[in-house]
Amino acid sequence: MTEFLLSACFRRWLLLVLAGLGVAACPGTAWAQAKYMTRVGYVSFFSASILEDIEAKNNKVAAVVDLSAGQLAFSVPVHEFQFKRTLMQEHFNENYMESEKYPKATFSGQLANPAQVAKQLATATQNVEVEGNLTMHGVTHKVVVSGTLQLRDGQLVIFAYFNVAPADYNIDIPLLVREHIAKSVSVRVSMACDVVSPALVSQP
Amino acid sequence: MKQLLTLLQKPAGRLAALLVLCLGAAPAAHAQDDLLGQLEQDKKLEPNQLVDATFKSTRLINGHTVQTPGEGTLVFLISHRIGPFNSGAYNFFGLDQARMRIALEYGVTDRLEIGIGRSTLDKTVDGFLKYKAIRQSSGLHSVPVSVTLFGSSAVATVHYLDNMDHTLGLRTSYTYQALIARKFSTDLSLQLMPTLIHRNLVMNEGEKNDIYALGGGGRYKLSKRFSLNAEYYYVMSKYTAEHYANALALGVDIETGGHIFQLLLTNSQGMIEKQFIGETTDKFFKGGIYFGFNINRNFTLKQRKAKI
Repeated sequence: MTEFLLSACFRRWLLLVLAGLGVAACPGTAWAQAKYMTRVGYVSFFSASILEDIEAKNNKVAAVVDLSAGQLAFSVPVHEFQFKRTLMQEHFNENYMESEKYPKATFSGQLANPAQVAKQLATATQNVEVEGNLTMHGVTHKVVVSGTLQLRDGQLVIFAYFNVAPADYNIDIPLLVREHIAKSVSVRVSMACDVVSPALVSQP
Repeated sequence: MKQLLTLLQKPAGRLAALLVLCLGAAPAAHAQDDLLGQLEQDKKLEPNQLVDATFKSTRLINGHTVQTPGEGTLVFLISHRIGPFNSGAYNFFGLDQARMRIALEYGVTDRLEIGIGRSTLDKTVDGFLKYKAIRQSSGLHSVPVSVTLFGSSAVATVHYLDNMDHTLGLRTSYTYQALIARKFSTDLSLQLMPTLIHRNLVMNEGEKNDIYALGGGGRYKLSKRFSLNAEYYYVMSKYTAEHYANALALGVDIETGGHIFQLLLTNSQGMIEKQFIGETTDKFFKGGIYFGFNINRNFTLKQRKAKI
């Protein structure tokens, strides 16, 4: 534990130093705007089947994008998905996602062409492809997601749309309700991230 | 990285950058994890999380749980108790004497529930209100328990043959409970049920109108959709404790999508508090065991308005 704390402190210090050096090396450049962050990102999913449509929305998603490195990460509090039917919400948390055991679904990925995106982002919306690890229900899979990045009023706006198969993530759907839940669930990501300086991000 | 390289080319930055490279090698390798780590760092910003599904049903076995159906959900509840096993082959080991109760329960809001029911025992009609006063939650401002307040009134509509004028008032009794539960883990939930029952009319000399009782119970989930339940009510009022038995019940919950089946063994034949706490006569461990079941069927009457 102490080791971890030490390393965390050290890393923070290091980041500060790095940031300091960065600013010293090229004052007032893109460094300060390399990192974008939000805690109120929106993720929804939709499952369409013959018997029933299931939809849930979550606007408490945390995300951070580091444009200079072309990296991004999302953290979705599973428990915060809101359903129209209370019973569905309960079953989602209790039986399928086991959100007490696996409270977060996460994604961390790398832009396919970060340099080009960072350069052209200022002028136009960028179609991007991100490869990374999607973790939910305790299972991690490598996925490639395409979406768009856009700079709008100083915010970085992210859109993405992709499909997830519950079976891939060990989400067991009993025979009795198998017809109610789609084999492939579509996920929509939409969020606007605010600028943060790297030093700010690392503070507790 | 690019900047590091440019730093390396500048003599002034070279030493610092080398230091950074040497010492910071490990963090650099986990850059993506670090990004995630930054998101998780601020625990203070994470929302308080309500603890859901302390129990599967609004019933533990005979009595209520802290659960309410949730906004817009209607529960149709059919309960049966067949007669005691020790009533012999003549009564087909109890099947001939089955009692039942049908009920409708509705979640007005996520916290408030209303319900009505009718039991064949004494042709009793009951109505109740349940309100989730305190909800267990985890997070920065966590709340350790859920407390649901329960109030019901029951009217026995049976024809009495004792030549007494049984007015509506005299046929009525009331139950008040504070249901206090904690979900200790995904599997284990325990509940305490301090209870006050008031009967407007009691039939025996020396019997008090009020009964005080303390219930205790819980569930243990053996799988996601199957749990073991137990429930016991200890009667503290002297007359009732001496003349009646404490209600004990053991059961299982089986959940299948919109249904919950509860199979149970108990020593009481009534399915409302006034009856199973105040009027249980059979002794569980002397064979006075009734097999019974509750079937919960949930319907979504009104979809919740999207809060997002």
